[in-house]
Amino acid sequence: MQMALVIDPGKCTGCKQCELACSYVKEGEFNPAKSRIRVFDFHQDARFVPYTCTQCAEAWCQQACPVNAITTNDSGVKVVHDSLCVGCKVCTIACPFGTINYNASTGKVIKCDECGGEPACAEACPTDAIVYMDVEQAGFDKMRQWAAQTDAGARA
Amino acid sequence: MGWTGKVLRVDLTNGTCSDEDLNMEWADQYLGQRGLASKYLAEEINPKVDPLSADNKLIFVTGPLTGTCASTGGRYSVVTKGALTGAIACSNSGGYLGAELKFAGYDMIIFEGRAKKPVYLYLIDGKAELLDASEIWGTSVWDTDAWLKSRHQEPQMHVAAIGIAGENQVLYACIVNDLHRAAGRSGVGAVMGSKNLKAVAVRGTGGVKVDDFKAFLKATNDGKKVLAENAVTGEGLPTYGTQVLMNVIHEAGALPTHNSKDVQFDGARDISAEAMAEPRGKDGKPNLLANQACFGCTIACGRISKIDEEHYTVVNKPEYWHASGGLEYEAAWALGAATGVNDLEALTYANFICNEQGLDPISFGATLGAAMELYEEGIITDKDTGGLKLKFGSAKALTKSAELVGKAEGFGKVLGLGSKKMCDKYGKPELSMTVKGQEFPAYDPRGVQGMGLTYATSNRGACHLRSYTVSSEILGIPEKTDPHTSDGKAGLVKAFQDATSAVDSTGLCVFTTFAWTLEDIAPQVDAALSGKWDVDRLLETGERIWNLERQFNLKAGFTKKDDTLPKRLLKDAAKTGPAKGKVNDLGKMLPEYYQLRGWTKDGVPTNETLSRLAL
Repeated sequence: MQMALVIDPGKCTGCKQCELACSYVKEGEFNPAKSRIRVFDFHQDARFVPYTCTQCAEAWCQQACPVNAITTNDSGVKVVHDSLCVGCKVCTIACPFGTINYNASTGKVIKCDECGGEPACAEACPTDAIVYMDVEQAGFDKMRQWAAQTDAGARA
Repeated sequence: MGWTGKVLRVDLTNGTCSDEDLNMEWADQYLGQRGLASKYLAEEINPKVDPLSADNKLIFVTGPLTGTCASTGGRYSVVTKGALTGAIACSNSGGYLGAELKFAGYDMIIFEGRAKKPVYLYLIDGKAELLDASEIWGTSVWDTDAWLKSRHQEPQMHVAAIGIAGENQVLYACIVNDLHRAAGRSGVGAVMGSKNLKAVAVRGTGGVKVDDFKAFLKATNDGKKVLAENAVTGEGLPTYGTQVLMNVIHEAGALPTHNSKDVQFDGARDISAEAMAEPRGKDGKPNLLANQACFGCTIACGRISKIDEEHYTVVNKPEYWHASGGLEYEAAWALGAATGVNDLEALTYANFICNEQGLDPISFGATLGAAMELYEEGIITDKDTGGLKLKFGSAKALTKSAELVGKAEGFGKVLGLGSKKMCDKYGKPELSMTVKGQEFPAYDPRGVQGMGLTYATSNRGACHLRSYTVSSEILGIPEKTDPHTSDGKAGLVKAFQDATSAVDSTGLCVFTTFAWTLEDIAPQVDAALSGKWDVDRLLETGERIWNLERQFNLKAGFTKKDDTLPKRLLKDAAKTGPAKGKVNDLGKMLPEYYQLRGWTKDGVPTNETLSRLAL
């Protein structure tokens, strides 16, 4: 079983509790600017969208890293090793999603590591817009919902 | 901890910005936000100054919990001498700006003097400068927000700005941050306009620390659980927003309607939360699209709405076809019940205009309601209004007036005076539903007795947020009292005023108190700050703040005579509903209240009271 952060923007209210939880766990202070997960406010469309690393199976950041500072743990999560990272930022260029970033105050890059299996953002989210679940089951509820809808259409 | 320890002082006259240390002695005595800035204001200005003069000061202030993970811990307040009232003003706002101020390295900004030409403050990570605002002077809050983000290429910046209403010193102009959250009441936007200060643009990448993280996480998590499990904060507010109240207050016979001639509104259902969520006849979509949280808020009562594109207000204005801040209860009441208008889309449009131009919708709607009565009574005619047919129930009168007020054009200029000065102008002061010059909010004191005393004694003029006894009298929180009796209300009002003064000084939102008592709040404050903060200390601090504000107002020239209500509420009985036949019993409550406060029969704090509170 592989766990993943599953995000449903439809449930997000834009409260940023995920950013506060993440920055506290990672930086020891409340600091959204240093959070590994960010919430985007598309206010004209009334949508709030949390976004973070999706832990690519074949990760560009990892392949681009010249010093092998990014490794894959047992859960498939890409983890940056600060002791190896030289702050060259090549990974930040390689990542197509912008989810690995340079932290000027430490000279290292930062990204989501799912808090070693207990992601603080999911724990803090008050609306279940971010949940930590089996990646193979992530679509199950959605499928079930559409199955019901499709069946209702077929019966009508 | 909880504080950055830094205050930014901006001298607009000389164009300088300087840092100073936060006065920690005052922070110990006044906690933060409302209390702390009121102390600064009381120490730094003469209470008799003209609020729109360079001698007034304007303070943006956070609380110790602002920028933390405490639920709703994102608030800031604007404290000044109010343009509408001449009383001490504290207008509290959510959104994200308050937290951003902390992340930028400051607890408070004090603006003093007056800029020679329009400027804005650009504050990023401890670096502050005043920049030329001539290109944005005359533009809306929304355009100002977009211009600043683009000019500085800083999309993560948060902006508080005045619209044209503030520039034109409309007396109930507000300061809008994050497009549709507002430091709304008492004309704080007019003060900002008088200083030629268009906007405050903030970006911060620093962090906020608290004294004891472990205890803080426990206390805030416990608090969040209480909010989630409470029927109001866990279900009512997220689903319906504050608008959950519209039908409730109507049914209680406490919905001020037609400038308080009535206490129930036939159109209440049409402008309620339930109506906002239903598919519209015209386009089959609901007015309400989503709920939005302010920074750190796990309740998320904010409304995000979209106006029907076919509605007459916007059919030729595609610039209004996007989602933005929708109707909260107070705005829906003022724009709707006070004016008798039941067109939800027209109300939403008027609300957008209020956000765009920087107007307090409560004072605007209530003033328009009074103008409608003047018009229907024949005191003013088409000649005065420039042809505007100010009839109760007219959506067109509402939306046209909204467009005119900020611009201070035509009759809009008169409406911009506020209800009191407008009614005085036409020789009908008794038609103004105000206390200390500030328009009532959405509760009729004939149907909720405690609110009469609340309005009469509020230090910033009529206000529901100074002691929301509706909570007890209608909703039964924390315990039910009879809304139709004045017995015990003096004590209730005092207790609510003191507790609310403390809550307003933490950085938390007062809406948490639907679920939280000070027992829930004290451990959060205690863990954030270095000293010991328990319930007793919070209550004593709240009482100290209340008396400080009172002292400011007494020095400004207010007296016992200003602690009163319009005659209509004291003499004309409610015509319908459960409170039918009732007037407000202020005369009975007020002396008891003075006594409980430790004030003389003239409403002046005794020396004993002042020394007990170390004032």
